[in-house]
Amino acid sequence: MKPARFALERPRDLAAALALLAQAKGAAKVMAGGQSLGPMLNLRLAEPELIVDVSGVAELRHAGRDGDAVVYGACVTHADIEDGRAPDVGPNVMARVASGIAYRAVRNRGTLGGSLAHADPAADWLSSLSALGAEVEVAGPAGRRRLALPAFVTGALSTALEADEILVAVRVPVMNPSSRFGYVKHCRKVGEFAHAIGAVLIDPETATGRAVFGAVEAPPVVVEDARVLFGGRIPPGFADDFDVAAADDTLARAGMTDAVDRHIHVEVLRRAALQAHALSGSPLRPDVRSAA
Amino acid sequence: MSGGRAPLAEGVGARLPRKEDDRLMRGRGEYVGDIRIVGMQDVAFVRSPLAHARIRAIHVPEDCRGRVFTAADLDGVKPIRAVSGLPGFKVSEQPPLAVDKVRQVGELLAICVAPTRAEAEDLAARVTLDLEELPALHDMLAAREPGAALVHEHWGDNVYLETNVNIGIEAAFDAPIKVSRTISTGRQCMAPIEGRGAVIHLDHRLDQLVVHTASQMPHIVRTGLSECLGLEQGRVRIVSPDVGGGFGYKAILLAEEVCLGWLALRCGHPVRWLEDRREHLTANANCREHHYDITVYAERDGTIRGVDCEATVDSGAYSAYPFSACLEAAQVASILPGPYDFPAYRCRTWSVATNKCPILPYRGVARTGVCFALELALDAVAAEAGLTPEAVRLKNLVRPERMPFDNITNKHFDSGDYPEALIRAVAEIDAAGVRARQAAGEADGRRIGLGLSIYCEQAAHGTSVYSGWGIPMVPGHEQAAARLTPDGGLELRIGAHSHGQGLETTLAQVAHEVLGVPVARTRLVHGDTALTPYSTGSWGSRVMVMAGGAVATACAELAERARLIGAHLLQADPSDVRFEAGRVVGPAGDVGLPEIARVWYLRPQDLPADVNPGGLEVTAGYKPQRDSGTFSYAAHAVVLAVDSQLGEVEILDYVIVEDGGVLVNPMVVDGQIFGGLAQGIGTALLEEMPFDEAGQPLASTLADYLLPGACEVPAPRVDHMETPSPYTRFGVKGIGEGGAIAPPAAIVNAINDALRPLNAQVLRSPATPRRIVEAVLAARGAPAMTRDAA
Repeated sequence: MKPARFALERPRDLAAALALLAQAKGAAKVMAGGQSLGPMLNLRLAEPELIVDVSGVAELRHAGRDGDAVVYGACVTHADIEDGRAPDVGPNVMARVASGIAYRAVRNRGTLGGSLAHADPAADWLSSLSALGAEVEVAGPAGRRRLALPAFVTGALSTALEADEILVAVRVPVMNPSSRFGYVKHCRKVGEFAHAIGAVLIDPETATGRAVFGAVEAPPVVVEDARVLFGGRIPPGFADDFDVAAADDTLARAGMTDAVDRHIHVEVLRRAALQAHALSGSPLRPDVRSAA
Repeated sequence: MSGGRAPLAEGVGARLPRKEDDRLMRGRGEYVGDIRIVGMQDVAFVRSPLAHARIRAIHVPEDCRGRVFTAADLDGVKPIRAVSGLPGFKVSEQPPLAVDKVRQVGELLAICVAPTRAEAEDLAARVTLDLEELPALHDMLAAREPGAALVHEHWGDNVYLETNVNIGIEAAFDAPIKVSRTISTGRQCMAPIEGRGAVIHLDHRLDQLVVHTASQMPHIVRTGLSECLGLEQGRVRIVSPDVGGGFGYKAILLAEEVCLGWLALRCGHPVRWLEDRREHLTANANCREHHYDITVYAERDGTIRGVDCEATVDSGAYSAYPFSACLEAAQVASILPGPYDFPAYRCRTWSVATNKCPILPYRGVARTGVCFALELALDAVAAEAGLTPEAVRLKNLVRPERMPFDNITNKHFDSGDYPEALIRAVAEIDAAGVRARQAAGEADGRRIGLGLSIYCEQAAHGTSVYSGWGIPMVPGHEQAAARLTPDGGLELRIGAHSHGQGLETTLAQVAHEVLGVPVARTRLVHGDTALTPYSTGSWGSRVMVMAGGAVATACAELAERARLIGAHLLQADPSDVRFEAGRVVGPAGDVGLPEIARVWYLRPQDLPADVNPGGLEVTAGYKPQRDSGTFSYAAHAVVLAVDSQLGEVEILDYVIVEDGGVLVNPMVVDGQIFGGLAQGIGTALLEEMPFDEAGQPLASTLADYLLPGACEVPAPRVDHMETPSPYTRFGVKGIGEGGAIAPPAAIVNAINDALRPLNAQVLRSPATPRRIVEAVLAARGAPAMTRDAA
């Protein structure tokens, strides 16, 4: 478990990083926090000739408000978000997701952009940011482009990034004050990758919402209009109306054939809805409890 | 305490902090991976990517010659043979590098040596294999079927050993309650923090191959390695430095060690191999996969009439040295009855060869599986009879007045009060309160379960037990050497090894009890065949009984020699002086060990003319009065909450009432129990090495092979009973493995208790969320079970 030989470059700015990628003609790999790439190198699942470590590029570490979004540089760490050094898009929204990622040692080094570029279906940011409606910003020789997350992630561990491009920033819309975010993951132990993730962003005032089934061994299943999961509408007490059959059907149509897997994913999403509901202050019907 | 005296502050029974922790906790331990020898090169192995295949060719690039070696190069190296003398045992020969065929993923095919491990892995990547894939045996029950592919063709089947015992089972057939269950345990990888590893060099002055290797049994490894390499045993020295956890994984001779030994002789420079986690998980560390079809016959009041069982153990591709491939299955038949007294018994066992890593001894060897099978079956009996789990157990546990007790398989229980342990555990966990809480239901909708289990742990079993087994190793007398230094310090030498047991402290306490030397002035030398008496090593929870007894015996002889010298120095008649707490006390004065040592070493002119010429250095041997083993035991009780929708389990309370005889250091015993519990929780809920149809191990990193972490292990409440063994020095018993035996049974019983109102049950470990959800979903719409005991 030692990596094959590779060259390492630590450019100081984005232009230098892009130039290195352009020269490498596909034989390079970008490293941000290295928390996934490091083990892949050791296992020789990745054997690039060149590693371009972008963690020293100052502009990628910046986070700040930009209009109705917060823009996070790709090298903002999970711990930066957890600790509040980077602004949040709502009350304890991104910070709560960050605090549940792996272990603190991983959060100290692991980055938002690295996680999305790695595109592990079981990772937290992919699912939570899909629910939050995030976009990624990608820089390449031809300039910059923006992609919504569902367009960026093309498969498990696979993205729309070209070999000469770098994911430079993540734009996450600031939540409406009336919106509620629910995020639940099912793990066998603390710090482990999730086996099921449920994320919802629901605004009872506008009766709109988005729901995400994550950790499905493929890109997350995003339900852009979550009303189908609540009987066609989003009433104030929406979690009471969570439609298990509709959720199960959504997963079945998305290709999840195993009934036990579907049961677990549906239940996790139901709990994410319950969590969002509880945050909205509406009372729950007494028969709708977290575990039946 | 011995002799009714007040306990010495540092003697047997003292809760002393461990001496070794000062270096270990500061990161100053010296492990194999810390050893550097000038000119040392690193080894990586080419391993089989297939579970079962014929080797057509191994292509080594021309420019790699002299740095890559295959079986064709290993002239004169013999295969590892771990034979059992049990009738019918079929012998497997494990070549250090595969010949003709590979029989498991990860089997060694070529040695690659380079200045660094990374470069050695580069070499390995350049070796190409031409393998003809054969059908892989990944399921032990299928492997038993006629017509299955053969792991070892000349056997004719895939069974290392079949055993059959029937003690009048027919008499139980008319019992009113008959409960049958199919119960199984997952394949695991024992996971010490430190993997295996070896650094080997030639000592030209002594003409010795010096093998630094992380081993629990250096003397046994010396014998096995010498035989494979064809060397006189005196030409091999094994040094086992600090070892980062053993648990059985370091009680084997490795093919890697044989390869490295050959390589060091061939190349003439030091060589090193450090196992990485992928090698550990996928190629080496398999243990514990059992399958039981068990039937319990009982009266309506819970009295067991008989137990009938067929047990199969997946023993893997080869018989591991020295414990052999029938290590677990052959023991199952004799230990399945556990601490229960019942009149009829039948057990048939199979040790089956498959295309998996050889099964290795893991803490609680075979006992974790039999405890799981019998304790789950007893809960099923309780549910069937409408009784509580404790009622059924109390009806059948061996009574204290029957001690010493020979059970139905002739296991000799030395002492103990098993019902008392269970009663205390049930009271301490507040079973009545838990059941009231269950009836009331939880605000969060989870379901509460209460689970019990109880076991016995035969420890330090010796010659009479192992001679019948006929494996390459039979423990005899255990020896220890004790030497006073000229300044009155004490050096102890033992051939076993301490790698977490705290022996550097506890054996010093034993010596202190006899000789009165302060624990801080006592040093334990262990883990080096050049410096220590022969021993079969640290396994079978034996060292405190065996090495402890030997240290006490050696120290007692030292005390007597010191007493005679002291009498002379005090100008007293020997019959008028006594040895007490490190001093020789006469009618008119006393003299301490430092002065006596000073005279022996530095002023021999002051010694009596008839002084024992052996001086202040003694090697003594020891065996308990009976060598059939000590029986320690514990009752475990757990309360947990099950989320029946997601299968998540949270342990809320855990109580252990254990009896390890007289405890030399209760704090060290607590540590053993805590560590064992952590491993037991892993077995119960998390740890599993799955294989696919092609025999590929599927958990190749610790992201897939889940070990319990700090968040998954509760702080248990431990209560000690201390029933002395009548056969051992100080009445001690072995307790090293027990903590890991009972948790899977207790935890899964608790899960099933929680799920009983849903008519769901889990009969396989680990009880993963998926297995729990599957059971819950399967029970929906299924007919109700016979009785709901909730």
